[in-house]
Amino acid sequence: MKYLLTALLLSLSATPVPACETVQLGSLEISEAWSRASIGMARPGAFYVTIRNTGETDDALAGIATPLSGKPMLHETVVKDGVASMPHAPAIPVPADSTVQLEPGGYHGMLMGLTQVLKEGETFPVTLTFREAGDVTVPVAIRGMGAKDAGCVDKKD
Amino acid sequence: MRRRTILVAGASGVGALAFTLGLGWWQSRDSLQTGSALLPLPIGKMSFTLTNHRGVTVTPSEWIGRPTMVFFGFTWCPDVCPTTLSDISLWLQDLGPDADRMNIFLVSVDPERDTPQVLADYLSNFDPRITGLTGSPAEIKRAADEFRATFEKVPREDDYTMDHTAGVFLFRADGRFGGIIDYHEDRHVALLKIQRLLKAAS
Repeated sequence: MKYLLTALLLSLSATPVPACETVQLGSLEISEAWSRASIGMARPGAFYVTIRNTGETDDALAGIATPLSGKPMLHETVVKDGVASMPHAPAIPVPADSTVQLEPGGYHGMLMGLTQVLKEGETFPVTLTFREAGDVTVPVAIRGMGAKDAGCVDKKD
Repeated sequence: MRRRTILVAGASGVGALAFTLGLGWWQSRDSLQTGSALLPLPIGKMSFTLTNHRGVTVTPSEWIGRPTMVFFGFTWCPDVCPTTLSDISLWLQDLGPDADRMNIFLVSVDPERDTPQVLADYLSNFDPRITGLTGSPAEIKRAADEFRATFEKVPREDDYTMDHTAGVFLFRADGRFGGIIDYHEDRHVALLKIQRLLKAAS
């Protein structure tokens, strides 16, 4: 089953897929995966996504991987006393029956060591590793540098 | 239990009142050199010299006469800075030509990497009314001190990032401090704050 899913996703990532499509992994629904266009490859990119856990088991996003980044990490932007910092997040909790968003100014993936330029309008695959549900690969839409969300037509209910 | 709650509420009320009175006393003083929660200096009293993304030397005295908006950031910042710059771009879009009567600056807290050319490339992705400023580490430090902003280099494995003050500073046309737009401030509140400055200046 897992192989079938992987094969399916590999075929998905081979052809451009609208990133607004929801990808299912057990009771997790992963949608609105997006990133911003980069200037060159020296700066880290950011990765944002919405994860909905419709099940009854708590889960956690433990890591991300993509061929486009030599060192992808999970971070959280924290603004304390007006000062923004970005501590490393070892894992992002995805409690049962809830929706967690990696979004600007909060949890986000940081794509360090880019292996290619992120070009607006293109997509790239990111594999999310969950503690309970395992791995899933989703297509990530590269939006403009000034974008603030995935730009999906009917976002969030 | 309830009595205790009331007592606590009462005590904190007195505390808040004392704080407000204290703040009033403190704000009414001319010099802002002491205390821990300092407000930015008026622009007229700022003394730094920076270079804009077009390579031109900039001093704050040139800003007097127009309302001013300043944000501290750096172009290697993956999350907060593009988000704030896109917020600012959206505010400017909403304000339309009114915003032409403002000074809008991004001050880099990472002059090591943010040269004028790097800032120019980066800012070409946002509203053209935003001017990037960089300079020597000493002048950046002086600017941050005068704004009462802070920044700190945070080493990572083979790299570093910067912690920095995230709010957007506002100043009236005469250079007096005009408030802060907090990170994650509601868009309408942000617009009202800017419009108030523009209205006072017209």
